[in-house]
Amino acid sequence: MESCLLNELRRIVGTAYVLTDKEDLLCYAYDATPGFSHMPDAVVSPANTNEVSQVLALANTEKIPVYPRGSGTNLSAGTVPTKGGIVLQMTRFDKILEIDEANLVATAEPGVIVAALNKAVEQFGLIYPPDPGTVATATLGGTVAENAGGLRGLKYGVSKHYVMGLEVVLADGSILQTSGKNVKDVAGYDLTKLFTGSEGTLGVITKIIVKLVPAPEAKKSMMAIFSNLDNAGNSIAAIIAGKIIPATLEILDNATIRTVEDYAKVGLPTEAEAVLLIEVDGIPEVVEKEAAKVVEVLKANHADQIQVAKDAAERDKIWAARRAALPALAKLRPTTFTEDATVPRSKVPEMIRAVNQAAAKHKVTIGTFGHAGDGNLHPTIVCDLRDKEEMERVYKAMDEIFTTAIRLGGTLSGEHGIGLGKLKYMEDQFGEVGMKTMRAIKKALDPNCILNPGKLVGEC
Amino acid sequence: MKEDKKLLTDIEDALANCMKCGNCMEVCPIYKEIQTEAAVARGKLSLMEAVINGNAEISAGFDQRMAMCVSCKACAVKCPCGVKADELILRGRQAAVKARGLNPIKKQVFALLANRTLFDFALRMAGLFGPLQMKKLPGRMAVVARFPMPGLDRRRVLAPFAATPLRSQFPEHINAAKPRMKVAFFTGCTINYVYTDIGQAVINVLKANNVAITIPAKQHCCGTPVYMSGDVELAKVFAKHNVETFERVNADYIVAACGSCAEAFKIEYPELFHDEPDLQRQARNLAAKTYEISEFLVDVLRFRQDTLGPVPATVTMHDPCHMARGIEVTAQPRAIVAAIPGVKFVEMKEPARCCGAGGSFSLAHYDVSRKINDRKIADIASTAADTVVTSCGSCRMHIVDGLVQNGRNQECLHVVQLLDKAYEAGKCLQFKQP
Ligand SMILES: Cc1cc2nc3c(=O)[nH]c(=O)nc-3n(C[C@H](O)[C@H](O)[C@H](O)COP(=O)(O)OP(=O)(O)OC[C@H]3O[C@@H](n4cnc5c(N)ncnc54)[C@H](O)[C@@H]3O)c2cc1C
Ligand code: SF4
Ligand code: SF4
Ligand code: SF4
Repeated sequence: MESCLLNELRRIVGTAYVLTDKEDLLCYAYDATPGFSHMPDAVVSPANTNEVSQVLALANTEKIPVYPRGSGTNLSAGTVPTKGGIVLQMTRFDKILEIDEANLVATAEPGVIVAALNKAVEQFGLIYPPDPGTVATATLGGTVAENAGGLRGLKYGVSKHYVMGLEVVLADGSILQTSGKNVKDVAGYDLTKLFTGSEGTLGVITKIIVKLVPAPEAKKSMMAIFSNLDNAGNSIAAIIAGKIIPATLEILDNATIRTVEDYAKVGLPTEAEAVLLIEVDGIPEVVEKEAAKVVEVLKANHADQIQVAKDAAERDKIWAARRAALPALAKLRPTTFTEDATVPRSKVPEMIRAVNQAAAKHKVTIGTFGHAGDGNLHPTIVCDLRDKEEMERVYKAMDEIFTTAIRLGGTLSGEHGIGLGKLKYMEDQFGEVGMKTMRAIKKALDPNCILNPGKLVGEC
Repeated sequence: MKEDKKLLTDIEDALANCMKCGNCMEVCPIYKEIQTEAAVARGKLSLMEAVINGNAEISAGFDQRMAMCVSCKACAVKCPCGVKADELILRGRQAAVKARGLNPIKKQVFALLANRTLFDFALRMAGLFGPLQMKKLPGRMAVVARFPMPGLDRRRVLAPFAATPLRSQFPEHINAAKPRMKVAFFTGCTINYVYTDIGQAVINVLKANNVAITIPAKQHCCGTPVYMSGDVELAKVFAKHNVETFERVNADYIVAACGSCAEAFKIEYPELFHDEPDLQRQARNLAAKTYEISEFLVDVLRFRQDTLGPVPATVTMHDPCHMARGIEVTAQPRAIVAAIPGVKFVEMKEPARCCGAGGSFSLAHYDVSRKINDRKIADIASTAADTVVTSCGSCRMHIVDGLVQNGRNQECLHVVQLLDKAYEAGKCLQFKQP
């Protein structure tokens, strides 16, 4: 990058906040997505909206790519600076600006760590429900831009269900406010939703207003073990049909069970085809009633074993299995792809079987676990990126997994976003018109394609 | 291939196991202060990978970034993939030393360290002439420099070097009336040359429990500081010397009153000699009978509690990184504090969060280590304790510095000093009740 440009960037944000040493740039060449890496020309850390606006105005005039970045924990290569340019590090935006208890709303800057927001609202008896596996590291901005979800997605949904208003800096540096604290607000296009999940391709989020909900008073967790995958699938359907929406309804497949047991020794039978982990939450009386009903359903659907946690310690033990799933799989091999194929929940057993077939056919190791209740599965492929021949098989298996998901009426992503990782399947899901519409939006807001170019909607 | 790079290719597989999930960001004290990717384990591992792949050199910049780590092991404990980033970062430093040589100040200091007699002489001189250079701060075993000294931040509060080192204050063998066992005391340098009061407390407490003590005169620094800087060859010289010295005294147990010293004997020495089977066997034997003092008092000795007198104090505890995550000893120091009558114990919020000392890290990066320490001091302050206990001399020094810098007046002691006080108070009790 030219030195006068760098000087200008230094003038805007301060010399200390523009990194250009090769050693630093190398550390911004990646995120949590395997297989993508590229060095930026500079890393710029603005302190406020005005600085973001100036940086974008400059980049827009000079047609320099800009990649907004939170903690870089995304799984879709969303922050990899594939075309060089500027990584816009947003972690200095780390203030919670207001907790409005009366309106159950919080206003925060995008660099706030999600767990920090939860900690701050906890004293008011409130929670901010989106809780990705990375709550303790991911930023609010990154989760909103990625439309992240989490374990509680079945009952509580994903980020977009909680974002009420945003401050966004557009590609040319102009500053936009969308919606606000109003519970009912139907004025105009829903720009809040448009920017939520836009993966840094439409604007840089600089302020976020979110809805908070009362923390559940009680929780009850249980685990059921199935020697037959279909019985697990039928249980999921029957629980929902019984008008119970658990906060969490997770599944582990046989490959995952075996790996978890090997690694964490939590007492799972390794021959089981599926384990369901269920948590209901809410008012104590309702929780009791719902838990009893879930147990009934599990029994009716031939669960081989059911454990209900009596206290916090037992609850912890039940969730230990789920917490161990990713680490256990990740430890098997150097590279770990956590995929995000999502299907209507009735199709969960069919999807798991398709994944297993793909694994067998292409001789790759895949463990599947995930949020069965909302159909959001995480087929986790472990391999070694350095082995070219193996990687060819891995990518073939991936193709098969995503085509199956779409064939079953599913979607490419339940919570991780598209980025570059799943770009090639987008047309399959949205068709030509869908993609044209999305690209039109991208071009209208970012005519020079400086914001996270090439991601989500591809080249335009 | 060049030797420096080979050091990294040896760990290529270990590096590849990092899935770049970023979980280590949550716990890395350095990242919390600096907020750049190069400051967190994930970044440093990537830099090493870049060197292996030919995308980067072992440059001054590489060296500087590898230096930004207090070796607190928090990342390794947090890592879902079992990546021991702290150890890999040491390997990065080792490669840097191979490629670029030690930095000149460290080189001088280590040359001194290597010669045990000279080392002893220099640190004794520091004790004798220290008062000329240092100004004593009232009441807390602390001093500040009067004149600028190379490599030292002038604001920094240090402990004075002892006028007489511990090992010169005591005979090599201290007998007991009817000894239950013989224990060899590895003093480590901090206790020998600076915090002799901790060493005195160890001796008192062992005596109170009827244990014969031997303090091998020829023991050397454990070598951890040089090892951490990447000079593995020199660390091995120290280790070999200590292994041979302690093998010779033939004690039932070896105790150290420092988490890092204990870790060196228990974990590092056997690993250092992986290609020298004889030494490794000796090191393993010693490792099996080495204990950190609290661990020894609680697990092996089951220390006497009937002679403990009251110590009126509100106490909180800092767990040194190498105690909490290195040798995993945290329950025993608490058991000791709990046994002391009159003590009110208040746990701080994050007792095992690094205090920022990190051996020579705090010398080279005083500002960052201060910031890390300020969080520790704030945590201490929020407990309303009047005394902080810990199990490491460097932590004690760093925490005292932090307390002074933040205008706090808590006292900072080693756990064993608190126990010593209780035995002392017990004597008075017996005196009063005939
Ligand atoms: C082990 C592991 C477990 C995970 N579990 C889950 C899970 O359960 N559920 C889930 O949903 N995700 C999960 N993720 C994915 C990841 O944590 C989420 O995508 C998270 O939202 C990313 O947050 P971040 O701060 O790291 O953002 P980044 O990775 O830095 O950025 C994510 C995207 O947002 C954009 N962006 C960041 N900040 C801004 C901003 N201020 N304005 C505009 N755009 C911006 C970036 O350009 C990028 O496209 C997991 C990841 C890992 C590694
Ligand atoms: S926690 Fe472990 S795997 Fe994750 S980025 Fe850090 S070192 Fe790598
Ligand atoms: S050892 Fe401590 S300081 Fe070093 S990278 Fe790990 S967490 Fe950070
Ligand atoms: S760890 Fe510290 S105190 Fe212990 S011997 Fe080594 S330098 Fe000395």
